Amino acid sequence: MSPTWVQLAYLVAALCFVLALKGLSTPKHARAGNLLGAAGMALAVITAYVHGAVHNGLLILLAVAAGVAVGIPAARSVKMTAIPQMVALFNGVGGAAAALVALTEFLEVPDGSVLFQVATALTVLIGSVSFSGSVVTFLKLQEIMTTRPVLLPAGQVLGIGVAAASALLALSVVLTGSSLLLVLLALAGLALGVLFVLPVGGADVPIAISLLNAFTGLAVAASGYVLANTLLIVSGTLVGASGTILTRLMAQAMGRKLTNILFGAFQTTTAVAQSDEQRTVRAGTVEDVAILLGYAHSVLVVPGYGLAVAQGQHAVRELAQLLEQRGITVDYGIHPVAGRMPGHMNVLLAEADVPYENLKELDDVNPGMGSVDVVLVIGANDVVNPGARDEPSSPIYGMPIFDVDRAKAVVFMKRSMRPGFAGIDNSLLYDPKTTMLFGDAKESLTKLLAAVKQV
Amino acid sequence: MIDLLTIFVLAVFVGFEVVSKVSTILHTPLMSGANAIHGVILVGAILITGRAEHGAEIALGLAAVFLATVNVVGGFVVTDRMLEMFKGHKAGKVAKAVENGHGEQAK
Repeated sequence: MSPTWVQLAYLVAALCFVLALKGLSTPKHARAGNLLGAAGMALAVITAYVHGAVHNGLLILLAVAAGVAVGIPAARSVKMTAIPQMVALFNGVGGAAAALVALTEFLEVPDGSVLFQVATALTVLIGSVSFSGSVVTFLKLQEIMTTRPVLLPAGQVLGIGVAAASALLALSVVLTGSSLLLVLLALAGLALGVLFVLPVGGADVPIAISLLNAFTGLAVAASGYVLANTLLIVSGTLVGASGTILTRLMAQAMGRKLTNILFGAFQTTTAVAQSDEQRTVRAGTVEDVAILLGYAHSVLVVPGYGLAVAQGQHAVRELAQLLEQRGITVDYGIHPVAGRMPGHMNVLLAEADVPYENLKELDDVNPGMGSVDVVLVIGANDVVNPGARDEPSSPIYGMPIFDVDRAKAVVFMKRSMRPGFAGIDNSLLYDPKTTMLFGDAKESLTKLLAAVKQV
Repeated sequence: MIDLLTIFVLAVFVGFEVVSKVSTILHTPLMSGANAIHGVILVGAILITGRAEHGAEIALGLAAVFLATVNVVGGFVVTDRMLEMFKGHKAGKVAKAVENGHGEQAK
């Protein structure tokens, strides 16, 4: 049992974490919440070091220093557009750390109680799944590998097989206490993580990250049982529980069922097979669009990930200001999953000093869509795809969308006719009231800015 | 053992309760913040390395310390960077409000 002062310090740290999560749930206290969490973490880590680092004190300090040297520059330099994959990586290393902790403790104490063995097996398994799963989501979001769902032949059978093998291995670890089996269990966990995330595609990847985040939380909680450490149990459980809720909230915002995301990969074949030859696209010039915008009364901007990639946020804000000077109302329609994660687009636009009050959600915008003169869709696609509303066969059917097809005119700024992140065709592109403006979003916006000044 | 189970169950409820109402704006920072918090595994990593006596265990423990540290510092720094942008905004709003206030006084 640890001395009282250690227990008290852990209690304070745990309270800090609860308050941090609470603070992060409200815009007003979010930043303070995060700092409080960091303070609690510092307290917990220093306590653990002073109390627990009987041996290898210097080596531990060096390892911490190396971690800081890697973590801080990575977090400082990552572009805001790449945040989701960065979070995935941080989550993955956390899961790996949990698995290593349990593995090491198992080597030190080979003949613990049954509870200890069960907790060890769980930590190693969940930690490994979380690690390899996070690495695959990173590769997907970084577009090192395809963002589409990867369907292995007999993938589901393989998944079930590996899952069953993992369960068997976990059971035999508990029964035999063999460390070789524990290592095999870790390998099975790694394979399971990969198989688990491969079929998740497109816009669903962030939800998988959130779920893996909750997994790592659970692995940490299980490691708390391994070490009989209440702080690990409480914090891990907090993250596990809040992560699960958050995953559900995200899935709801996308109108997707969690089970569909994990087990029913998008069937991309059906929608694309429609007869392409008779559908024509109307491509406009910058001047056409400038005139359209210049004589509108109300304009709605629907930004997507493409805008962020092109770093066009500032150009959009300038354009909006110019239009506002002409007495035109400009609002931004922010889809819950615009960007690559719920809330991602809000972060990106805040970076470009777009005023909060102009950021509108689905329910604020959709009822008045009929009176919007021009909708400017910049680098977005799936979030305005009417198929999500009208075609039950569409893979994204049920996802709430902006009903921009009800507006008087629509301008799509896209790099090409390439379908969106989810890889689904969009009938709105072929609508007679749609004008396409091809090119890099930032370049087009800059040209548009100049052209509107001329109007 | 029952003690630990009690703690677990209570923590589950606290976790559910704390994030049950979050605006979509904050989903990303919240996820990132929670991500930083599970870096608390660093405490476990330090404790096991602190009592490890054999080469293999020390090496594994140090690897865990390193990875957990990356998780902790990276997580908190990234979250802070995201939230900093929101804060910049509020400062702008305040400035605006002050301006407006002055305008009214001038009238």
